[in-house]
Amino acid sequence: MTYSEVENVTGYIGNFKVTIRKKARYVDEKECNACGDCVKVCPSCTPDEYQMGFSTRKGIYIPFPQAVPSSYLIDMKTCLGNNPIACAKCQEVCEKKCIDFDAKDEVVTVDVGAIIVAVGNDVYDPTELDEYGYRSYENVITSMEFERLICAGGPTEGHFIRPSDRTRPKSIGFIQCVGSRSKKRGNPYCSNICCMNTIKDTVLLKDHYPDTDVKVFYMDIRAFGKGFEDLYMKSKDEGVHYVRGLPGEVEENPETGNLIVTVENTTTGKIEKHELELLVLSVGLLPRKDSDVVRQLLTLSRTSDGFLMESHPKLKPVDAPTRGVFLAGCAEAPKDVKDSVTQASAAAARANVILASDKLTVEAITAHIDPDLCKYCGLCVKVCPYKAITPTDRKKKIAPQVIEAACAGCGTCGAECPFDSISMRHFTDAQIYAQIDAILDTNSQDKVVVFACNWCSYAGGDFAGISRLQYPVSNRLIRTMCSGRVKDEFVLYAFRKGAPVVLVSGCHFADCHYIDANRQTQLRVEKLWDKLEKNGIRPERLQLEWISAAEGQKFAVVMKAVEELRQKVTAEEIEHTKEVLAPKPKKKPVEEAASSA
Amino acid sequence: MVRADGAEDLRVGVFVCACGLNIAASVDVEEVRKFAETLPDVAVAVLNKYTCADPGQQEIKRYILEHKLNRVVVASCSPRMHEPTFRQCVAEAGVNPYLLEMTNLREHCSWVHSTDRVAATEKAKDMVKISVARARLLESQDETEIPVTNRALVIGGGIAGIQAALDLGDAGYQVYLVEKEPSIGGIMAQLDKTYPTMDCSI
Repeated sequence: MTYSEVENVTGYIGNFKVTIRKKARYVDEKECNACGDCVKVCPSCTPDEYQMGFSTRKGIYIPFPQAVPSSYLIDMKTCLGNNPIACAKCQEVCEKKCIDFDAKDEVVTVDVGAIIVAVGNDVYDPTELDEYGYRSYENVITSMEFERLICAGGPTEGHFIRPSDRTRPKSIGFIQCVGSRSKKRGNPYCSNICCMNTIKDTVLLKDHYPDTDVKVFYMDIRAFGKGFEDLYMKSKDEGVHYVRGLPGEVEENPETGNLIVTVENTTTGKIEKHELELLVLSVGLLPRKDSDVVRQLLTLSRTSDGFLMESHPKLKPVDAPTRGVFLAGCAEAPKDVKDSVTQASAAAARANVILASDKLTVEAITAHIDPDLCKYCGLCVKVCPYKAITPTDRKKKIAPQVIEAACAGCGTCGAECPFDSISMRHFTDAQIYAQIDAILDTNSQDKVVVFACNWCSYAGGDFAGISRLQYPVSNRLIRTMCSGRVKDEFVLYAFRKGAPVVLVSGCHFADCHYIDANRQTQLRVEKLWDKLEKNGIRPERLQLEWISAAEGQKFAVVMKAVEELRQKVTAEEIEHTKEVLAPKPKKKPVEEAASSA
Repeated sequence: MVRADGAEDLRVGVFVCACGLNIAASVDVEEVRKFAETLPDVAVAVLNKYTCADPGQQEIKRYILEHKLNRVVVASCSPRMHEPTFRQCVAEAGVNPYLLEMTNLREHCSWVHSTDRVAATEKAKDMVKISVARARLLESQDETEIPVTNRALVIGGGIAGIQAALDLGDAGYQVYLVEKEPSIGGIMAQLDKTYPTMDCSI
């Protein structure tokens, strides 16, 4: 399905429901035989994206000759419209009558068991690096633009020319690491492909035009893969000149359009000036900006470089943290064609593990409602992010029920139920109280009680460990599946037992693995802050932090911060808290009091 | 084992992992093991060099049978990594996988407190104590089976998406390949040649 976008995903491993919008092409792709008659009569033009704007295309077009599907489409932004007075010329000449200006977007829903995310990458725009003059000087181009100029299918049919005077440049320079490996501008990471891409480009140039003087300005050449060193050596043998040093300045000779590159050659320590007829900026790769919708729909995380995070860097490198979802290609990190293909096959093989089985087991972490304790308030139905609880009926005294296949086990209902009628399998109230007791029954004043959600904050702690980040020893973690599981009573119980500081931590909004259950966490913590304040307890003793699985650094920082807070909590304060939060003598249950009034 | 009142007699086994030196370098694992023996309902506490390795797993199974353990605490690394391993291990020895609890001594203690062995050891003991407290209240659970739709979705029709879709298609599954642009091919379709073999990209 081309020209289509995923609009919504619901469900879980083995049972995803995906809504896809097929945008209108206005040309029937099954009927169109790509004869091209329509293009000849189309009067409107726009820069051709495929050719990096070096040529134009019509309003009705095929993206490139080998496109799949091999069918034309109309770009409505460029098209003059279907009013015969305005245009509609293409419709007149189309023999197969496959142009329909009234075509509408189509929305389809499909059921799938596994999802592979291969959303790709963006390419760095070097405009911000004004010392290279990408937007100021015509003869400074990017490596992507180079591809089109050297390609037989390109705007010049492979005759390599420079933009300013359409002549063949006799001297060409490449600047490496443009937008990569810089903490100041662009990105701090290595984009993986640019060294080899440039080496390839130099070999192509020497192959087509052996008399061209080719120079490469670099800081390191990373030629680590199979066959890579050979190609690097070939490039050097063919006379490509490698200069170690990134240029500090590029100037244009306005008369010739040539570029004067000033660079410190770090092997000689001397400042050099090179005059070149064309300069190619070897631009890095960026995370795909428009993939955020997919990322949020599938509750995927990003690593600090912005690319999608894998479930485990070594043991599950193609699994996404969401079960049933896999990553392939540059969506996960910058990589070349071979690595993309390798990872794609790995992702397909991992998906096959799921698809090949008729049935799967899911963790037995679901909610259970005790109808005898339920007072039919319906709060659980309201807060469930999955609509997995059937409606309640107070009059008929019908208790809600949990639909087990739909319940994902976040525990929000259990945390919200005012009557303790919901138990969470494998994360019961009793188990959590026992953990709080175990933390606080000795030296409680020295410890910080931390509730950490499994997917983000606890994993962030794991990442801090893997990164060997050092932080104070005072924290004690209680893992819950979601921060939404943290009942207000857990927090109050911890304070009652003498906790100096309590931290509730979960995923960032939009990263929550249970849709938006962490919104309930926030509401609950806000209420708790009010309650603490009313009771004369400093609300900052209850902390709320959002820490993602990739934020090991943040986890360590937060652990330091809560320890600093803990040190400022006095013994008198703790005693006071214990007193004011001590359970009051039991009143009549609320329901009875109401009916007797 | 069932007590006179019908309740189960709790027998917790604690398996402390040295993880080579990953844990043992900054935590006194023997001290942690000895401390674990003093905790309520702990029937046995054992030290392993590598609990996740086969000999370590065999030892867990052996102790389960010999000491009639019905709760298992493995004090090693993150449950996000090895919980499936140890769940399977205890299940093979007849213990419901949900009666396993893990203590994350490595990622959450030894690796992040590597300069203060005394403090790290104290925290490790506390962490085991918290785990045993939870383990005593764990209940057996039966996992629910869910059906699987034998179709796949691939989002993105660049080289990675195309390859993944082809592989799954060849394996006999129906695949939906969704591409935002009017043609599949992605960035690779815009390249001229590809390294290191200089073959055409399209």
